[in-house]
Amino acid sequence: MRLFSILQSARAPLDLPNRWDIVVFPALFGLIFLLAWGTHQMAAPYSLGEPIQISLDPAALPQYAARTVLRMAVAMVLSLVFTLTYATLAAKYRRAEQVMVPLLDVLQSVPILGFLSITVLGFIRLFPGSLLGPEAAAIFAIFTSQAWNMAFSFYHSLRIIPRELYQVAAVFQLSSWQRFWKLEVPFALPNLLWNAMMSASGGWFFVVASEAISVAGHDILLPGIGSYIAVAIQQQDLTAIGYAIETMLLVVLVTDQLVFRPLVAWADRFKFEQASLGEAPTSWVLTLLTRTNLLRRLLVVPAWFWEWSVRQFRRLPAKPFLPRLRLRITRREARRLDRLWNWFLVVAAAVSIVVLTRFVVRETSYVEIGHVFLLGLLTALRVIVLILLASVVWVPIGVWIGLRPHLAQHLQPVALFLSAFPANLLFPLAVSLIVIHHLNPEIWLSPLMILGTQWYILFNVIAGAASIPADLREVSANLGLRRGAWWQRLILPGVFPAFVTGVITASGGAWNASVVSEIASWGIHTVSATGLGAYIALQTASGDYPRVALGIAVMSLYVVAVNRLVWRRLHLYAEKHLTLG
Amino acid sequence: MVNSVNNGDKLIDLIGVNKSFAAPEKGRIAVLQDVNIQVRRGEIVAVLGRSGCGKSTLLRIICGLTTASSGKVLYRGRSVRKPVPGISLVFQSFALFPWLNVLGNVELGLEAQNVPPAERRERALAVIDMIGLDGFESAYPKELSGGMRQRVGFARALVVNPDVLLMDEAFSSLDVPTAETLRTDLLDLWVEHLIPTQAILMVSHNIEEALLLADRIVIFEANPGRVKAEVPITLKHPRDRESVVFRQLVERVYTIMTTPVVPSEAELARLARPTIGHRLPRVTVAQMTGVLDVINQPANAGSIDLPVLAETLQMEVNDIFPILEALELLDFAHVAGRRVTLMRHGRAFAEADIQRRKVIFGEHLLRRVPLAAHIRRVLDERPSQRAPSSRFLRELEDYLPEQDAEGVLEVIIDWGRYAELFAYDSEAGIFSTENPGAEVET
Repeated sequence: MRLFSILQSARAPLDLPNRWDIVVFPALFGLIFLLAWGTHQMAAPYSLGEPIQISLDPAALPQYAARTVLRMAVAMVLSLVFTLTYATLAAKYRRAEQVMVPLLDVLQSVPILGFLSITVLGFIRLFPGSLLGPEAAAIFAIFTSQAWNMAFSFYHSLRIIPRELYQVAAVFQLSSWQRFWKLEVPFALPNLLWNAMMSASGGWFFVVASEAISVAGHDILLPGIGSYIAVAIQQQDLTAIGYAIETMLLVVLVTDQLVFRPLVAWADRFKFEQASLGEAPTSWVLTLLTRTNLLRRLLVVPAWFWEWSVRQFRRLPAKPFLPRLRLRITRREARRLDRLWNWFLVVAAAVSIVVLTRFVVRETSYVEIGHVFLLGLLTALRVIVLILLASVVWVPIGVWIGLRPHLAQHLQPVALFLSAFPANLLFPLAVSLIVIHHLNPEIWLSPLMILGTQWYILFNVIAGAASIPADLREVSANLGLRRGAWWQRLILPGVFPAFVTGVITASGGAWNASVVSEIASWGIHTVSATGLGAYIALQTASGDYPRVALGIAVMSLYVVAVNRLVWRRLHLYAEKHLTLG
Repeated sequence: MVNSVNNGDKLIDLIGVNKSFAAPEKGRIAVLQDVNIQVRRGEIVAVLGRSGCGKSTLLRIICGLTTASSGKVLYRGRSVRKPVPGISLVFQSFALFPWLNVLGNVELGLEAQNVPPAERRERALAVIDMIGLDGFESAYPKELSGGMRQRVGFARALVVNPDVLLMDEAFSSLDVPTAETLRTDLLDLWVEHLIPTQAILMVSHNIEEALLLADRIVIFEANPGRVKAEVPITLKHPRDRESVVFRQLVERVYTIMTTPVVPSEAELARLARPTIGHRLPRVTVAQMTGVLDVINQPANAGSIDLPVLAETLQMEVNDIFPILEALELLDFAHVAGRRVTLMRHGRAFAEADIQRRKVIFGEHLLRRVPLAAHIRRVLDERPSQRAPSSRFLRELEDYLPEQDAEGVLEVIIDWGRYAELFAYDSEAGIFSTENPGAEVET
């Protein structure tokens, strides 16, 4: 009897649209319309060499912005699909894991902008006579900037799911499909979302960079903010650049408010903690959405779809997947098989290195390879110096903010927001100054590569400083630690883990940015600095693929080496010894 | 057994169950040895034993989460190799999905069974109501207290209408009054037949808890886990823990648990030569010192009854066992029946000052614990006088499962550091004979 009444009362208010619906309803339909229009535009007919008109009229900017956002969204969806499949396979099959995880690590270090011109040709052949080719290439570039770290985060989450939760799934005989969506994905969600946000921040940079590409002597300008700004640079139109910057600020702000903030607020419940700590994040959009009747009704659709999928996938082979029984593989045969597999991997790696070297050497010489390594060293020097400079500036500021909770609460989102803003939009301003004042590009172009990524250092340090326990600070005050000792004993160790995380992201981003920042133009003037980034950019422009490959390979090598030898170790050290609590 | 019992009444039947883990070189490590237990319709059986005696493994074998190395596990006459619908499990740690609210967590078990959504909700709400979670349907686990969380755990296990309910230390994460309430509520449901469950098998390390609930207690012995004794309990529910009969039962079970069985020949051989893989009890030096100090108090004069010791230390008797095991291992104390007696060296230790204590402790460690002697010998033999912990860990894994090996190594590091037998740098994972003072950061 009573059960029935509960169900009834839950259903009653669903019947009429309420005032919240009045706001949400039009917005939803607007979104659907935009989506239809955008996808239609994406598939417009196009053949290589055909000029695409980009208007510098500010009235065209909303339309361009919408196209840019759409590219971003498509890439994000693809990244999610990739993450869910790739990381799941890597986590469930040990031998696959041995290949897939290091591969991911290397892919993460490959400068994306370098091989854009190679992929674009492939995609144009894939979709002949349609704008879909270049569109797909741009989306692919954004995808490659996002997918790897999302996959990594998901893979790591899968591996730390508590064993007991798996046992619950087993005792109640959930199918592997149910287990995936009820246990594995929810557990990984908060981290995945955080990484998706980070990825999206990086993604804006690449979407802007990949819209205006030159391939085999042809300039392809995909309608979007990136192309708008490329045209503005050609025409040396500072006002137009200003409009573009304003539009981008607005776009980043709106996506944050409409997409990420609600998601973060919603995903808070997935955090695996026994008691709620601190304030739960809130979002006005989420509040609005949950108050509507329309949405609650629409939720019936996914619920229905879920039931349907459960029935469909009931027979999915339930691979027993406990997160690594803590017993080592002890049987000799298994160990021998492992060794065999390892040898196979080593041989495969050696063969691919030989093949790549031969491809490169056919066109170039060992002297040139040496030269490219030297260029890499120069770029490495820039990255290191800039990271150091940025750290000197932002660590004290970050600590100062982080120790003031009220301030940190307001300023951390600002830092996150700044990191999302694509710094390459600001390049033309800097380049125009260099050209006008005849500054030395070797020095003055360098700061550009850290322009967008320095914020990662700032907001990580803020977060690190904010998490230093109050009792440690009180103890330090009580002991009367003097300034030097206070920094050395309390603050620096306290923020170090977060700082390292920030630096890893920042330096990775700086390497990537070097491809677009070591060489830049303003109208007819082109300024360039000596370095690996400029080398890759130049070879890309002239379509010399063996040299592009060489440049990319060397840069990847540098990034992997620095990650492995410096950052990874610092990170492990920090995780092991300096994690608080 | 009683002749009226026929096969149909046996819900769970364990016949000669063994469980062992593979270890390189040394063959296998036994966790469970020749376990025979029957659970019949209408009874609550409690498996009682110290922690680490394999009782949780036993439970996981019964519900099909892991398989026995040999022997038979039958549920209603059918072999159990993977989880089956009729058996459900309540976890010590609750194991709730934090992203599902109470209703979602309870519905989870039904979802896998193809129950249509409307019926699912109806049944879940009914169980939630019955278990006393009414009004909390939409709360998330983190909003609930421990007791309420375990109620969700019970609701989730009961909603699938299990034949057999398994409880893995279901009350031991809860504070005493909360556990008491939940236990009483469960017993009410059981006695009044409000749940369709036919039998309950619980594992516990708490004697009183087992005596309050069970119709039969199976006492487990550790290393390897095996049945030591069975005690039928015929007291009527509700049981009064202050009654004379109850106290006598506690005493009896207690004596059975603490009296060593006559060791078999194989075991004598094992005891005579403790290997480096001896499973050291997870006890700190401070705990040992505390117990020794109590026994050495003038009032006790070097000998004390276990219950008195427990009361003085304000500890559960179960938690004192490992400490006594360590003291016996080091030849500091001797346990006979319920009486703990200080040995000569134990007294010397208790009466010594800090530096002298370290010396005595170190001597006994080297003499009585082969692992300590082994580490020291390896260090002394090496020119660098250093050795990585991984070296010893690998050796231990020949005797023990990986997790236990790590635990044993942690214990020996603690003991060895105290005795200044060796230094250990946890950052580098290196044992050395350096002056332990050198490892302290400046």
